Amino acid sequence: MTTVDIAVPVPARRPTPRESYLNVAHTVKSWALTTDHKRIGILYLVTTVFAMALGGVFALVLRTEHLSPGPTIVDAYTYNRLFTMHGIVMVWLFMIPSIPTAFGNFLLPIMIGAKDVAFPRLNLLSYYIYLLGSIWVLIALWAGGCDTGWTFYTPYSDHSPSAVVPTVFGIFILGWSTIITGVNFIVTTHTMRAKGLGWFRMPLFVWAMYGVSIIQTLATPVLAISLLVVGIDHWFDWGLFDPARGGDPVLYQHLFWFYSHPAVYIMILPAMGVIIEVVCTFSHKNPASYKAIAYSTLGIAFVGFATWGHHMFVAGISVFDAAAFGVLSMLVAIFSAIKVFTWVLTMRRGSVVVTTPMLYFFAFLFLFVFGGMTGVAVATQSLDVHWHDTYFVVAHFHFIMVGSTMTAWLAALHYWFPKITGRMYPERMGYVGATLVFSGFFMTFFPQFLLGNAGMPRRYYDYDPQFQPLHVVSTVGAWILGAAMIWTLTYLLVALFRGERAPANPWDSRSYEWLTPSPPPKHNFVREPVFARDPYDYTVPAEEVHA
Amino acid sequence: MREHVAGHFEDIEKQAHAARFGMWVFLGTEVLFFSGLFALYIGYRIEHPRGFDVGVEHNTLVYGSVNTAVLLVSSYFVALGVHELRLGRNRLSAWLVGLTILLGLAFLGIKTAEYLHHFADGIYPGGTGRFFEEHTDPGLKMFFTLYFCMTGLHAIHVLVGCGVLSFLLYKVATRSIGAWAPHPLAIGAIYWHLVDVIWIFLWPLFYLVTGHVR
Amino acid sequence: MNDLLLKILDLPPQASTYAFDVDLLHYFVIGTTMLGATFVFLLALWFLFMHRRRFPGETTQRLQTSVPAEILIIGGILSLFLLFWVVGASEYAHIQHPPDDAMPVYVTGKQWMWKFAYQDGRSDIDVLTVPVHRPVKLVMTSRDVIHSFYVPAFRMKQDVVPGRYYTAWFEAQQTGEFDIDCAEYCGVSHSRMLAKVRVLSQPDYARWLERPQTGDLAARGRDIAAKRGCLSCHTLDGQPHIGPSFAGLYDAPVRLSDGTIVTADVAYLTRSMMDPQVQIVDSYKPVMPTYRGILEEPEVAALVELIVSLKDQPIAPSVVLPRTQPLGSAQRLGEGPQPSAGEQPR
Repeated sequence: MTTVDIAVPVPARRPTPRESYLNVAHTVKSWALTTDHKRIGILYLVTTVFAMALGGVFALVLRTEHLSPGPTIVDAYTYNRLFTMHGIVMVWLFMIPSIPTAFGNFLLPIMIGAKDVAFPRLNLLSYYIYLLGSIWVLIALWAGGCDTGWTFYTPYSDHSPSAVVPTVFGIFILGWSTIITGVNFIVTTHTMRAKGLGWFRMPLFVWAMYGVSIIQTLATPVLAISLLVVGIDHWFDWGLFDPARGGDPVLYQHLFWFYSHPAVYIMILPAMGVIIEVVCTFSHKNPASYKAIAYSTLGIAFVGFATWGHHMFVAGISVFDAAAFGVLSMLVAIFSAIKVFTWVLTMRRGSVVVTTPMLYFFAFLFLFVFGGMTGVAVATQSLDVHWHDTYFVVAHFHFIMVGSTMTAWLAALHYWFPKITGRMYPERMGYVGATLVFSGFFMTFFPQFLLGNAGMPRRYYDYDPQFQPLHVVSTVGAWILGAAMIWTLTYLLVALFRGERAPANPWDSRSYEWLTPSPPPKHNFVREPVFARDPYDYTVPAEEVHA
Repeated sequence: MREHVAGHFEDIEKQAHAARFGMWVFLGTEVLFFSGLFALYIGYRIEHPRGFDVGVEHNTLVYGSVNTAVLLVSSYFVALGVHELRLGRNRLSAWLVGLTILLGLAFLGIKTAEYLHHFADGIYPGGTGRFFEEHTDPGLKMFFTLYFCMTGLHAIHVLVGCGVLSFLLYKVATRSIGAWAPHPLAIGAIYWHLVDVIWIFLWPLFYLVTGHVR
Repeated sequence: MNDLLLKILDLPPQASTYAFDVDLLHYFVIGTTMLGATFVFLLALWFLFMHRRRFPGETTQRLQTSVPAEILIIGGILSLFLLFWVVGASEYAHIQHPPDDAMPVYVTGKQWMWKFAYQDGRSDIDVLTVPVHRPVKLVMTSRDVIHSFYVPAFRMKQDVVPGRYYTAWFEAQQTGEFDIDCAEYCGVSHSRMLAKVRVLSQPDYARWLERPQTGDLAARGRDIAAKRGCLSCHTLDGQPHIGPSFAGLYDAPVRLSDGTIVTADVAYLTRSMMDPQVQIVDSYKPVMPTYRGILEEPEVAALVELIVSLKDQPIAPSVVLPRTQPLGSAQRLGEGPQPSAGEQPR
């Protein structure tokens, strides 16, 4: 049995099973009390998949209810609680943690040549806080769930008859997990890079994790206080937003959106980090501009804090404020445009192969650009007067959150499957899955742009019969998307046990995580690694890199 | 057990640096946590200038100012405690940290007395209480609700700070940390200083500043 | 062309004067962005085809996009987005500012219905009747939680917030009935908080105005002003008293205690009733209490109408007030300094 020296890449033939982070210990305690960032990543991955499934079930019930106007399978109060809990579970239990806690945790130290994150025990604590918060939200569900919408607008949230307090408290707890992870990633990136590994030679996925951690640590505390105040108002009736007691309901919106707009960048930046890795690897080429990707990440992180008012164009803000938020929203869109062009131009004069991750990249490209452009459209003030709080906005954000982030998450799941599990997934099943996911998604959400144009508001239990045909199409699409997810998760689960054993570098990538065996040993590297070339150097064959 | 180098760090210095960096980033999150309430204060003060003026004038300046002095002195003691620990004088350091905790508890005691005074006047959060039957300005109700929220949240942080310092006091006294690894106390002290700084901002907003609107 | 696009995009009829301009911008934004998106995607497919891997182990050159090219692409896109912003922001400003001659209607949203009060004193629930080709200004608030008044056919939407009054406006250019939806989630019957705008032709509207009435809103405002104690401090005849007179107040410039000059428009009037301490008129004492929670929304509407009706014609004084001393109002209000002897006129 050979220990692997990082300076010499592992040859591409089937290795025999050796000691890795997976088989170094098998007890429940070794998993429950692990401080190994890779195992913590797995714990998060499994839990977030369950969260996604729960949110997905809610979505299917919502869509099925919309097969016909009027009552179909649930009543109005149940519907209202379902759309609220769907949003809460998807945003805070799935979308925000999904890529950073699973793939960020697993890969960040490896990509910078470190043995672990800066604070491994805090890392484990962050998982248990996430678990506690999730369980609390489940308790709130059991208590009937909340019906205010994931935005908790006052004064309605102050007096709603639903389970507001346990719900906001669960999210409050979850927020601390996000903050701890953010602090951990920031300190790790600053202090634990391998000798000689400068900021501009790290894999770009690390930049994405760094950028998202900045947003997470700065924005989440503001969410925490907003939810705390909603909880206090609901439980104690202190009237912090009650006009009769000096309160201002619109001030709540400012506070909430100050967090929640950066929150959407928390959800997209990690996806963008996955995409650049996938594009470079499967084009076997360096990024068209490393610095453009790195700086635009920071640009999104910071300018994203200045745009929250575009959620409030019809809330009664002044014309001046609206204009200011409008122009800043256009500015922040430019950073995404920079990334889009960089991804596409990376393929130019590359050596492109179409694998499942690359198929997901194409789905991402189409849906992100399409969805992002509708974002620029709703940021146009006079147009937003018509579109605000209609299905147009619902379609826009699902194009980004599902069509982009979840698609990138699926890309990541396939791309790093060999590294994490030591096995390959079945490629043809991946093609089928990606096609089904894309088709199901598009069929679900494209009609919703038209519903919004026609004037159907969101969060509507009942609707005018003229909207029914579009709703039926959307619901059929949702069922296809659901089936596609089941298909994908099933073959991945089977591959976990029966997949072909993977070599260290099945994709012929140059990024640093492919220099360790698949799966990696417990301490990632045997000796402290020295990365001789940058992670995107495809000018020489793989064997010559780092020799 | 003596503080030692964790497996994934090269040496104690790197570990200390990472710990300090982490604490500063965490302090940033605490600042932003409070900033939501400060933002509400600013917004509501602009909307209700007279109500807030009356509220500030009604608060007892002595309570607030004594508490400010208490926290400032406690910060001095804990800073001195870190200095002494760096020099290896664990016993002296332990006494200083203990004094800091006592002052923190004194702060909480004075705050409790002040709350009881408010309750006796019929001032409760949420604009309830007989005080508000005579003084009907909604801005005044909001002032006191914010007062209870912000000083209450701050008091919780003082309590947490006392807990953190108690844990560190134990480590200093049992020589788990010392001149070779003073950073745990240093970062605990930084947290205490933040709690102090937040009070420095609460004090003028609730006890000092009036706009003298005619 | 417009009709074709309306159909393809599933847009409602353009029933207000600004709907067409908004839709033009819509076509432009969606058209150019979709064109751009298509171009990007086709470019990616092109590269996929042209640069597919030819053999395993194939290496590639290190290529960087040239900085001038980057600047050109980004500059072009930024200019396009800024164009969207400029047009959108100016249309938005137009949508936010009612014309001076707009006819007011007072709107109250409450769970789960819309109430409309007209100048002639009448009110309706869930039907807003307006004439075609006349600008209508909606002065709106909520009784309970935030709702949103949305007329898709007019391309207009405005949130209504309890304790505040917002103004929105439209000028209908087609007769017919158009949906009003509530567009801000407000509880279990949010999706059933529906109403209709009925746009009548000028002759039909004139006929509608003639239906039996219950008294004009301004006259009702006078009764309310007496009943609610406004007249203890404000006169209707131009004489300054504890507070400024209502006569000649509407739309006049007002000098505030901090030296700024504002116009006494509807927003100023409603704010003065809800948050009287925020803007104090120069040389007056800040003794007015808030009427939030005390005045019902229709009463606020009636008081505004009263003040509007006194814009050019004060009511003749029945009593000439002494130049000194008001009536101990400060003690009754329980706060604020005692008014000193000798009020000065506005």
